[in-house]
Amino acid sequence: MVTNVTSMGRSGVSDWLLQRASAVILLAYTVFIVGYILLTPELDYSQWRALFDQLWMRIFSLLALLSIVAHAWIGLWVVITDYLTERAIGSKALVLRLLAQGVLALVAVTYTLWGIEIIWGF
Amino acid sequence: MLKVEVYRYNPDTDKTPYTQTYEVDTEGKDLMVLDVLELLKAQDPTLTYRRSCREGVCGSDGMNINGVNGLACIKPLSECVKNNKLVLRPLLGLPVIRDLVVDMGQFYEQFRKVEPYLQNDTPAPAIERLQSPEERAKLDGLYECILCACCSTACPSFWWNPDKFIGPAGLLQAYRFLADSRDNATEHRLSKLDDPFSVFRCRGIQNCVAVCPKGLNPTRAIGQIRTMLLQRAA
Ligand code: SF4
Ligand code: SF4
Ligand code: FES
Repeated sequence: MVTNVTSMGRSGVSDWLLQRASAVILLAYTVFIVGYILLTPELDYSQWRALFDQLWMRIFSLLALLSIVAHAWIGLWVVITDYLTERAIGSKALVLRLLAQGVLALVAVTYTLWGIEIIWGF
Repeated sequence: MLKVEVYRYNPDTDKTPYTQTYEVDTEGKDLMVLDVLELLKAQDPTLTYRRSCREGVCGSDGMNINGVNGLACIKPLSECVKNNKLVLRPLLGLPVIRDLVVDMGQFYEQFRKVEPYLQNDTPAPAIERLQSPEERAKLDGLYECILCACCSTACPSFWWNPDKFIGPAGLLQAYRFLADSRDNATEHRLSKLDDPFSVFRCRGIQNCVAVCPKGLNPTRAIGQIRTMLLQRAA
């Protein structure tokens, strides 16, 4: 049976809010990065590096990273619990669903740790 | 002659559902789909469907008419027939009992969940609980629902999770009682809707609005419930 245990915030309201808040952060980050690239005519490594050396940029990037993880988890959790269900595909659903969620969790954790290392590591 | 394709299934004798094609002489009249079904029934008494009031108030003959859910009794041929062909199927997403008759159990179960009756634990006044015309007006567009299930069975979210997503019809009724000034079980009602499925599986596709034969707008009601849930959480 599909239950709420694996949803992000366990409540509809918090998932809904988190989905929207993370979308806003992602939009702001995308606009900023694209704008920065377009408005910096000769972008080279040292400039790019200098940008990411600033504390606020690191925090902003980390926020964007966490937003992607939350946004993807909530969105894909909805997709998974719509289509990978006993009702839709029969008894193999449970295994498939847990597998999909496992892969998703693994990817999410990997990207988060990797991203933190890139942004904060030296 | 109008060509009519009907979904047929009798679980006692048929292994799988099949489509049967009939020809009906409408004598050039713009009949209602239900009239056509009555003519078919005269041709073939084994054909099964539900109907009662034949004027759009009982909600028993909801079906899929040329791909769109509607009430057969108030759907004129001129509004649905294309290329002289009429295709009739049972409402999607509910188990078929026979031909065009579906098992509405799952649909009613969701209706039951929203506790569709007035709840008020304050002492009853001597005569009746009064409501101002403005308070009464808030129920317009909500109380008219006839529970035909055209909306919920057109909703993909209800198809996938009919046991957990209340569906547009149930949610319209949930809001009908949330909006009623005489009901004071608001907190109890909202607390039962605050999971990721009951309300929040609505993705705003508005299939429900597009098909409701009574012209109601479940999506708007769902939005209002969502606002109430957000305010409650804030
Ligand atoms: S608006 Fe919501 S309830 Fe209506 S059909 Fe779409 S998902 Fe279903
Ligand atoms: S909201 Fe409209 S379509 Fe849905 S059950 Fe009520 S009357 Fe039927
Ligand atoms: S027969 Fe009653 S609504 Fe159509």
